[in-house]
Amino acid sequence: MKLVHETNRFVLKKVNTTGTRVKKALLGLQGNDGLIFKTFIYALLISVGFIYLYPILYMVSNSFKSLSDLLDPTVLWIPKELYIENFVKAWHVLEFPKTFMTSLLNSVLPALAQMVSCAIVGFGFARFRFPGKNILFGLMLLTFIIPTQIVMIPMFLMFEQYGMLGTPLPFIIPAIFAGGIKSALFILIYTQFFRSIPPVLDESAQLDGANYFTIFFRIILPISIPALVVVFLFSLVWHWNETYTASLYLGDSMSTLPLKLKEFNDSFRVLYSSSSGGESSGADINESIKFAGTVLVILPLLVLYMFAQRWFVEVLDKTGITGE
Amino acid sequence: MTGYLFILPWLIGFLLFMAYPIFYSLFMSFNKVYITASGIKTTFLEWENYKFAFLSDPHFVEELVMFLKSVVLLIPIVVVFSLIVALMINQPIKMKGFFRAIFFLPVIITSGEVVNELFAQGAATIPIIERYGIIDFLQANLSPTWGKPIVSVIEQLIIILWYSGVQILIFLAGLQKVNKQIYEAAAIDGASPWEIFWKITLPSIKPFILVNIIYTTVDLSTNSLNNVIVLIKENMFKVETGFGYATALSWIYFMVIFIILLLSIFFFTRKERLEFKKS
Repeated sequence: MKLVHETNRFVLKKVNTTGTRVKKALLGLQGNDGLIFKTFIYALLISVGFIYLYPILYMVSNSFKSLSDLLDPTVLWIPKELYIENFVKAWHVLEFPKTFMTSLLNSVLPALAQMVSCAIVGFGFARFRFPGKNILFGLMLLTFIIPTQIVMIPMFLMFEQYGMLGTPLPFIIPAIFAGGIKSALFILIYTQFFRSIPPVLDESAQLDGANYFTIFFRIILPISIPALVVVFLFSLVWHWNETYTASLYLGDSMSTLPLKLKEFNDSFRVLYSSSSGGESSGADINESIKFAGTVLVILPLLVLYMFAQRWFVEVLDKTGITGE
Repeated sequence: MTGYLFILPWLIGFLLFMAYPIFYSLFMSFNKVYITASGIKTTFLEWENYKFAFLSDPHFVEELVMFLKSVVLLIPIVVVFSLIVALMINQPIKMKGFFRAIFFLPVIITSGEVVNELFAQGAATIPIIERYGIIDFLQANLSPTWGKPIVSVIEQLIIILWYSGVQILIFLAGLQKVNKQIYEAAAIDGASPWEIFWKITLPSIKPFILVNIIYTTVDLSTNSLNNVIVLIKENMFKVETGFGYATALSWIYFMVIFIILLLSIFFFTRKERLEFKKS
């Protein structure tokens, strides 16, 4: 009788220790390293990530569907065959090579200009003390919240006077003067970044007889490449995607990819419906063709993102785009 | 002096492409502007453009109110969502880079045209919401003044979440600046993650919340999906309204945005000011 009691206690004790061990594994020591918490976080990340990517997945999947797949309710995500014809049509409608070059011209040049000019201004704000600096810095930040609509019309008239409409100049010239799309944000990124570089570095260079311009171009810029890359990429993407001012300044003489996408339906009709006359073979537009067009418009950015993703993601939280 | 030399490009740019256009547009907003072959002609109208916007324009006030309602709904959604995502990907998790890449991806796509396209083709809503009739339920049970904006928010939910890319990064930057030793000390004292979040994390990233509110407001108000902006552009090229009226609309719109920003800054710093007064 006593023996049984003894073993019972032993078993009970054993259960208890495994119990606490399981509990420890599930809940963790600090609350955020347990199994339950981990599973919860991953489940949340994966589901939110899926919802986040849903439009892109939907778009890509649909862009490969032939008309029969599109109408077939049993075909949900994976098309029965990879139907490339949509892309061929969309390619022609967008006049891809030509429009792509225009897009490139309208985003790479302003982005380069903005990358350099904002760095210079950012350095000025980060390193020097001069009367009125705070007021000017405040004004600079204020330009961020002034909607483009206010300055757009006078700028349109101004560029018209100088005969610059229909060229990329309305984007490049403000960019050279540290203006243009979201430049206040870029100057802020640079200011924060340059402040994190110890001033001892310039002082030692000064002792060697370098002036501030050599210091900036020889010492500061080379170690600021991550910040330069981030600003360049942001600027490129935002210029690439700009349609509102682009349609105003470029008019009919130039068209970027997003602008072409806007008039996709009309261009499609001109290209296919009328030329094929009475034939109805694939002459009608369907959503798969439009999705293929959309994929083509964002494809260059996706490729860029694949290569630059590390900078985009890693560097930006190091440079700290926010004020302290 | 060298300081001035460095910021000189911005100063020139500011005068040419900001200050001058701002004054010119303010001038135009009080005029009727005609474009003639010989140049621009203006007739002074006093406050006529502004009066017309509020009293006679059939669309402007309606769109403006719609914009206000959507901003009130969207700012908390975007800020809270980006905070949650930032907290999650700031955890020591595997494939951190992969998850960060996903949540930052929309930043490169959120151009008006592509988003318009996705929206028009129905790729922007989560199908479950429609399947369970949530929208019909809301439409039946809410007054149309708020029902309409809420339904439109749900219909564009994914796209709205897409506007959180930069905000997620701002929060990530903020979270990484919090001193790690404070967390360790709190963990030793036996604080739960819940307590740590409310007592340590949230207060230390408070300035970043304000930055994000401002960024979100600006982002939402300047993107080309916005109907007020579409309206301004339409009026620009209408014969009966023209540039003068369009600039007046932009100025009203700017004032509204400015008031929203001031209010959010005011409410956000109110508690601190109260504490300051007490002490």
